[in-house]
Amino acid sequence: MANELAPLSDPGLPQHVHRKADTDPKAEKRAEQQVAILFAISGLGTILFIYSYIFIKTDLFVFLPILGQTNAHQLGLGMGLTIALLGIGFGAVHWAKTLMSDTEVIAERHEFRSSDEDRADFVSTVKERAAEAGLGRRSLIKRSLALSVGLVGLSPLLLLRDLGPLPKDDLSKTSWRTGTRLVTDPGDRPIKASDLEVGAVAQVLPELRPGQERTLEDIGKDAVLLIRLRPEEFQLDAQRKSWTHEGIIAFSKICSHMGCAVALYEQQTKHLLCPCHQSTFDVTRAAKVIFGPAARPLPQLAITVDADGYLIAQQPFTESVGPSYWERSS
Amino acid sequence: MTARERVAGTVANYVDERTGAAKWMKKNLTKVFPDHWSFMLGEIALYSFVILLLSGTFLTFWFDPSMKEVVYNGSYMPLKNVQMSAAYASTLHISFDVRGGLLMRQIHHWAALIFMAAIVVHLLRVFFTGAFRKPREFNWLLGIGLLTLGIVEGFLGYSLPDDLLSGTGIRIAQAIIQALPVVGSYLSFFAFGGAFPGSAFIPRIYTVHILLLPGIFLALITVHLMLVWYQKHTQYPGPGRTEKNVVGYPLMPVYMAKAGGFFFIVFGVTAFLGAVASINPIWLYGPYTPGQISAGSQPDWYMGWLDGLVRMSPPIETHAFGHTISWNILIPGLIIPGILFTGMALYPFIESWITGDKREHHLLDRPRNVPNRTALGAMSLTFMIVALINGGNDIIATHFSLTINQIMWFTRFGLIILPPLAFVITKRICLSLQRADRELVLHGRETGRLVMLPHGEFVEVHEPLTAEKKWTLTQHEQLPAIALEQHDARGVRNPKGIRAKLQARFSAANAEVVTKPTTEEVKQLESGHH
Repeated sequence: MANELAPLSDPGLPQHVHRKADTDPKAEKRAEQQVAILFAISGLGTILFIYSYIFIKTDLFVFLPILGQTNAHQLGLGMGLTIALLGIGFGAVHWAKTLMSDTEVIAERHEFRSSDEDRADFVSTVKERAAEAGLGRRSLIKRSLALSVGLVGLSPLLLLRDLGPLPKDDLSKTSWRTGTRLVTDPGDRPIKASDLEVGAVAQVLPELRPGQERTLEDIGKDAVLLIRLRPEEFQLDAQRKSWTHEGIIAFSKICSHMGCAVALYEQQTKHLLCPCHQSTFDVTRAAKVIFGPAARPLPQLAITVDADGYLIAQQPFTESVGPSYWERSS
Repeated sequence: MTARERVAGTVANYVDERTGAAKWMKKNLTKVFPDHWSFMLGEIALYSFVILLLSGTFLTFWFDPSMKEVVYNGSYMPLKNVQMSAAYASTLHISFDVRGGLLMRQIHHWAALIFMAAIVVHLLRVFFTGAFRKPREFNWLLGIGLLTLGIVEGFLGYSLPDDLLSGTGIRIAQAIIQALPVVGSYLSFFAFGGAFPGSAFIPRIYTVHILLLPGIFLALITVHLMLVWYQKHTQYPGPGRTEKNVVGYPLMPVYMAKAGGFFFIVFGVTAFLGAVASINPIWLYGPYTPGQISAGSQPDWYMGWLDGLVRMSPPIETHAFGHTISWNILIPGLIIPGILFTGMALYPFIESWITGDKREHHLLDRPRNVPNRTALGAMSLTFMIVALINGGNDIIATHFSLTINQIMWFTRFGLIILPPLAFVITKRICLSLQRADRELVLHGRETGRLVMLPHGEFVEVHEPLTAEKKWTLTQHEQLPAIALEQHDARGVRNPKGIRAKLQARFSAANAEVVTKPTTEEVKQLESGHH
């Protein structure tokens, strides 16, 4: 190609242009003072920091434009530190830029590749030493060593076994049993159908058995959302309809996608929305997924009332709640 | 000799007799570093890391990494007498009852965001200028390692306070672990010491966050810097700059002052953000409980793209033979990120394979002169930005009065359509810029001065470029395409046919450039004009 034959030529490093401070003693003096002033400002910043730490009350709030109501103690500390650090930083850079030599220096690069001689020496050294140690011949030693090192590597893995128990049936079981009362969260009060108006939503948990304490692990599986609609608003098959009570329907609140709490209920559309990944479930159609990444409806809890009129579970959940896992069968 | 010189001499002698440091120092204090603003990006990452170590150490003095339930009794009234984990309570304590604690917490969080941002922008600079080429492939791999660890470290860090938002993040991480085929539920139970959330996870990730990962970071960063030192820094092309030299300022004193000063500037800016810009106000979220959540739950930005991919995933799960595979989690959460990061790590090797270029490169490319690489970078970046946009779809929806569905469908299609579009557009822009460079070299800069010639014609006066500028615009190589060898020397069909064809095709695409001007062309024009 023509242009490869006659490219433009490199004119070399351009001539050095002197700065004002290099030639004019006044400018040099001025630059020196500027640097010193910047360092002094840094000192003032530290004084502000110390003052704020000792003298400004931690609960003193002041109103500032843009920032609004601001904690004066925190602001004084922060701005003091900022000024202290920036003063040093700008001072040092200004010093370098105005007073230190700005003549560019050229250094040569060297190829990283070792010389052929060195390489040959290296190879022969390795070969010699390996032969001395008999690495080539003693295959019995090599193999047994490899085996034992491999086996030793298993020990730390084994030691990690006690990090946690085996899952067993933990992922598929919840605290809900046949007849478990629904209680409010928070408050732990049993509820009646009449406590919920049409359109209302409530979070419930299974009633604690005597002596039982509620753990976060329990809540992570047991949390249930109650929603009351007019019975005719549902589009459910007969079985699912029988799992509701007077228009009250109960779903696991733990998202079937990644386990977040499905907490946003849109009253107009009767959709439940998970704030994590926006999976949207239609309450009128047994929490069928109508949008987003979730692949399964929220499990429905069959509910009814006991003799005292309190809401209870008809039976445990018929499927695992929460996100999917390998052993999940449906 | 003054007294001070005598003391310095004694100390230096003492040290040198035991270490022989003088020889090494003599050589390295005059080491030359090229100067360019874009070389400060990696520095910002390094300095943020130091800030993270300092502020993080401070936080460990009060933070209690325990999930034991306590009743809050500090000075933040809205949460008084609320049950919460000791981790959350101690974070509140740092924020409200330790003087300077909130400042340090905010500095720590801001520094983490800046650290990740600086790594990403530094990576983009290295990519677009071709700084990863031989001999710097190892440092590219180290950089990818640091980026990956940075994402993990950041996530673990903001998970520690055990507030409602971070607990939700841990829940999602747990769901990803649980979704792994065959071993998922076991791994999850091992990691959490039982069912989620358990009481083991926060203390465990605390050890990883403050000991294990920072240790690995220190080691990797050290090697990263040693390689930069040993291989000498790359430089931008220009007059006097060649593949064989490095032009810049000596370490002592110029670079020491500039770099040292810059550390203080980065620290100062971080302190300013910590002072005035509230970040992660955990006291507003409340303690974590799996039954609750706040609307608008967002990860930090460097996780946002991942969350965006998960959000836009179609709802696919396989149920067969009594087992479940959650493709809606595995594909966006593990498989696509795996492909992206592997591809990124391998890129230097792929490029050198395609171009057949095995030479050392110390002069950086101007991105326009390598249109395909630049376009590929723009394409990947577009992919990430679309994913990131969807990671904030709920926030965007409320701010711009859109529906979640509109944004989700836009990003679902956009993720597939926009990256190739970005490739084509970027490549065209690069070629246009090459054309503009050629025009500049041949005809000079448009001055905007119009002159009327004697016969009435108006022309604009062009001012010729300096020789330095002309050189900068034309110093790059324009390699011809690799010729496809279908048969070897003896006329046997080339057994590596497909590979050779691929290579030939790529190199033909790489060779598509605007031919740079030659000396003859410049001379011709110069003699013709004026």
